[in-house]
Amino acid sequence: MLKSLLETISDIGVMSQRDIRRYFRLPQLLITNVILNVVLLLLFNYVFGGAIQTGGVDYIQYFLPGFLVQSVVFGSTQTSVGISEDLSKGLIDRFRSLPMARAAFLSGRVVADTLRYLILVILMIAVGYAAGFRFQGGFFPAFAGVWLIILFGIALTWVGVFIGISVKDVETAQVAGFVWVFPLVFASSLYVPIETMPSWLQAFANINPVTPMVDTIRALSWGTSISSSLWKILVWDLGIILVCLPLALRRYRLLAQ
Amino acid sequence: MDEAIGVTTQSDSENTCPNAFIEVANVAKTFGKVRALAGVNLEVEPGIVFALLGPNGSGKTTLVKVLTTLLRPDTGTAKVGGFDVIGQAREVRNVIGLAGQYPAVDENLTGRENLEMIGRLYHLGRGRARDRAAELLDSFDLSDAANRRARTYSGGMRRRLDLAAALVASPPILFLDEPTTGLDPRSRLNLWEIIKDQAKQCNSVFLTTQYLEEADRLADYIAIIDNGAIIQKGTSQELKDCCGGETHVKMRLADRTQMQKAFEALGAIAPENMYQNPEMGEISFPAPDGTAVLSAVVRSLDAVGVELAELSLKEPTLDDVFLAITGHVAEEGPDTKTDMKSGSG
Ligand SMILES: Nc1ncnc2c1ncn2[C@@H]1O[C@H](COP(=O)(O)OP(=O)(O)O)[C@@H](O)[C@H]1O
Ligand SMILES: [Mg+2]
Repeated sequence: MLKSLLETISDIGVMSQRDIRRYFRLPQLLITNVILNVVLLLLFNYVFGGAIQTGGVDYIQYFLPGFLVQSVVFGSTQTSVGISEDLSKGLIDRFRSLPMARAAFLSGRVVADTLRYLILVILMIAVGYAAGFRFQGGFFPAFAGVWLIILFGIALTWVGVFIGISVKDVETAQVAGFVWVFPLVFASSLYVPIETMPSWLQAFANINPVTPMVDTIRALSWGTSISSSLWKILVWDLGIILVCLPLALRRYRLLAQ
Repeated sequence: MDEAIGVTTQSDSENTCPNAFIEVANVAKTFGKVRALAGVNLEVEPGIVFALLGPNGSGKTTLVKVLTTLLRPDTGTAKVGGFDVIGQAREVRNVIGLAGQYPAVDENLTGRENLEMIGRLYHLGRGRARDRAAELLDSFDLSDAANRRARTYSGGMRRRLDLAAALVASPPILFLDEPTTGLDPRSRLNLWEIIKDQAKQCNSVFLTTQYLEEADRLADYIAIIDNGAIIQKGTSQELKDCCGGETHVKMRLADRTQMQKAFEALGAIAPENMYQNPEMGEISFPAPDGTAVLSAVVRSLDAVGVELAELSLKEPTLDDVFLAITGHVAEEGPDTKTDMKSGSG
């Protein structure tokens, strides 16, 4: 029992090591991801910073929390592509013929992606600090905020895992992994206050998990009260994982059909 | 149809590796409308090289996938090393190594990292996995490329790395799906040696091939599969004996004008169905007794003063067997299918 638990942990470790190496060896996967997000952040800060009214708050102070969330949301789209590649190249058959834990192939990817988000978020915060951003609530809210973003990333990664293992080829994974994140990012409180949207869009933005996520991080970084957004996002995280994880494992088992 | 016709299995071979056998009973698998396996029955003894011989699309890969727990059969049961491939998949995976039809190596890892990863997933432990990787890189001639990413490997190198990966855990049962397709002749011979070596170490090798010669040279036991059914099985010799035609003695005369004279002289020792090709000065006839007939031929022709330019025994080949049983030839071009995503059916 203990042995099999230790083996499972070891298997997930070995599989995630493989995926982490992949991120460091295929520069487009990590570096361009970082560069894209940093460039976007700096562009927004210096180009739009003066033009957008943020109600007295410093522009970077308003935007960085949203950008942290956005970087993780966009980052999660790579998950499905990676999984799909392993399937189409036949590597999955090799892994499935090994006596490793059944969940290791998928979980290893999630662990590797978690690390990727952590690197991404810390880098973005560093760049934000250079551009004038400050966590005004102090260390613990900042610390909690980072982990809440990572947790959200983990939940979205399970969506990506499910998509990756369900689609037929890499191209489909690319598209399917990407389309659903745009409405999430833009129809939320991330870029503009929800009150400025038409009412039908407000309805969507209000149930969109990105909204409570961004609101929570803003509150944590500004040191203001969190309101209901914290438990909303925690319920979302849990709900997404509870739905997508079993679905993904089921698809994995169905590969034998 | 799929039961052996008058061919016995090697039941008298020593049972030194009790768990390394394979039993397949009534395994069927359909993909949509395609009947890939139509009720396969098979037994493979421990410690032998077994060849599943069949043309493209005959169901070889599907059977390998069923036996390596990658595919669940629609009906029937299969045991590998004494474990059920459906109910005891994990146990089966512990005793097998697989090199699929297409090399499955992680291109972003080096050759060494690939093998170490596999070793750790077999739970060899870090140190043992490292040693084993070095050992295999060496014996597969990959030491120089060990620290290069597999992305940079040639097709042959990937193939070798893939085979090395199958051997990482020194599994008692090795599955090789068309292992020599696409290998150059030297690598092919090397691989043949490795396969024979496995059997010497009491491990079973289950390989598939489209090449009759390969089955003939390597396998202790052969099953011929066509359209998802085993249509014949036995040792190479048994197959030739049962359905491949007989050994022929074949000669060429030094002077082809002596054809008639030779023909008459041979009448005493040859059966009715002698075959002659007057233009080439060639005569041949079935000679089931093999070499004994050669001296008889020499003696009879000597007596009448006919000189021979060439005299030989022609053994039947598996090509003859295959053609006789299936009515078509086996060797076709390599499989060109590119979509390998499993479970898409
Ligand atoms: N996943 C699949 N989906 C649909 N058809 C398949 C699938 N796998 C194999 N087949 C079909 O089953 C038959 C047997 O295939 P296969 O076992 O790959 O043969 P072989 O390995 O002898 O070339 C072929 O007609 C092939 O097209
Ligand atoms: Mg095949």
